[in-house]
Amino acid sequence: MNINKDLVAASATPLVLAILAQGESYGYAILKRVRELSGGELEWTDGMLYPLLHRLLRLGYVTTEWRTPPEGRRRRYYVITDDGRAALAEQQRQWVTVTRALGDVWRGSGWLPTALGEA
Amino acid sequence: MDGVEAQIAEWRAYVAKAPAVNGRDVDELDAHLRDQIAELDAAGLTADEAFLVAVKRMGDLDSLSREFAREHSGRLWKQLVLSDEDEPARPSSRWFEALVFALAAAAAIQVARLAAHFPAEEPEWLLRNISLFVLPFLAGYFARRRQLDTRRWVLAATPFVLVALVVNLYPYRADSATELLVALYLPVVLWFAVAYPYMGGMTRSHERRMDFVRFTGEWVIYYALIALGGGVLLGLTALIFEPIGTDLDERVIEWILPSGAAGAVIVAAWLVESKQHVVENMAPVLTMLFTPLFAVMLSVAAATYAVSGVAGAFDRELLGVFDALLVVVLGLVLYAMSARAPFLPAGLMDRVQLLAVASALILDVMVLGAMVARIGDLGLTPNRAAALGLNLVLLVNLAAAAWLSMRFLTGRIAFHRLERWQTSYLPIFALWAATVVAVLPPLFAFG
Repeated sequence: MNINKDLVAASATPLVLAILAQGESYGYAILKRVRELSGGELEWTDGMLYPLLHRLLRLGYVTTEWRTPPEGRRRRYYVITDDGRAALAEQQRQWVTVTRALGDVWRGSGWLPTALGEA
Repeated sequence: MDGVEAQIAEWRAYVAKAPAVNGRDVDELDAHLRDQIAELDAAGLTADEAFLVAVKRMGDLDSLSREFAREHSGRLWKQLVLSDEDEPARPSSRWFEALVFALAAAAAIQVARLAAHFPAEEPEWLLRNISLFVLPFLAGYFARRRQLDTRRWVLAATPFVLVALVVNLYPYRADSATELLVALYLPVVLWFAVAYPYMGGMTRSHERRMDFVRFTGEWVIYYALIALGGGVLLGLTALIFEPIGTDLDERVIEWILPSGAAGAVIVAAWLVESKQHVVENMAPVLTMLFTPLFAVMLSVAAATYAVSGVAGAFDRELLGVFDALLVVVLGLVLYAMSARAPFLPAGLMDRVQLLAVASALILDVMVLGAMVARIGDLGLTPNRAAALGLNLVLLVNLAAAAWLSMRFLTGRIAFHRLERWQTSYLPIFALWAATVVAVLPPLFAFG
């Protein structure tokens, strides 16, 4: 299954914020987590994550710090802020509304079982 | 692993060439690449294979640097033009384009001068219209550079046409004060009209608005530099021709000065667009230099006036002086903002700037109180109305800016909010300038 590019782009911000809401992280680890969560279906071009993170930084949704963990290389860690949590909550509301509407209409027309069967 | 190290170094150098990617970003991407290679290594790939896969996953560098450019337009606002993405840069035709528009502006101002028989006569219409002979060419230059489509060309031209009609159809009375105000405010209105083609029509984008603020600041610097050089040139010209003819030197200046001043508007814009590496480093230095100086001057003035009282010191010009002062302070704030990296934590400079803004506000409130009383006694003239309006527009802006930067300094909001406030407020300035040009004259019966 190839997920539509617009959909990937639209879900990128809430995904990253949600992952950071579970704890601080750095670019490579965030990408790995995205792959895990989507069972490898959500493929991002790795580099594109960084402009996105920098945008969140500018909006004040995350803060950042360079750190070298005891074992491992120097990395730039990102931490979600209160503003970021608020933005995430807002995004969640929007996505829940969208998925609920889609779910309702699909159940109504009897498409859902097929769709689930394929997945 | 030596081979891979060399390959990584090569890749780093290549990435670092993208203008919007800075050293810190390269470090971050480098760390990512190494993580990826290490994981692939562990999965059993050879070092070479691991490197290739990791680089491929990173994405092709063109689109990567474009994404960085989109986010960090501040770093390369010079070549910002996102519509340029698909075509190679043509630096050679760039200066030619600018030259054509500069010459057109220079010619237009000469035609106007000859038609008005300036300086033998000084008709009011020339003074009123002067920016209309220059700034449309600047707008045209940007419309071309940003490759606007036909609809946007029309939209970009509309304000110029409307303003030209309004300014020339109004029946001003002789020695009209509103006419002078129009001459003063029209360039401001038209400058905002230039913003539309400058932003490629994306006037809603706050990032583009900030780019325009930055552009304005740099343009002022370049224009001042050109004017300085031009002044030296003209002074020497006058001295050299003086012995030859009685009025030859005056003739030369008559021809060169207006055309030079008009052409320089476009040349300065072109310099900002293409050669800003020099000035880019000047912007932070200039703000560093002048913000503290203004802060000291303003706080001393505020303290002095607070002690001595304001009422006695006023004459009719003072509100205008304070408007100029607030404009300069606002310019400094905007300029510092556009040169600042948005995610740096609050620093000393932000505090100094807040001191400058707060002192200016205190001063202004005192002056405003006295002026309102004066207007109550003596009535509202066009000049007082314009000055009072501008003062209020600036006061609201700076008061909110001071409030927001206080919250920023105490760590309660991100710097981004301050930027947002300023970029959201820009249309208010345009609106006020347009009001002075279009509404004030009929309101005061063109007097």
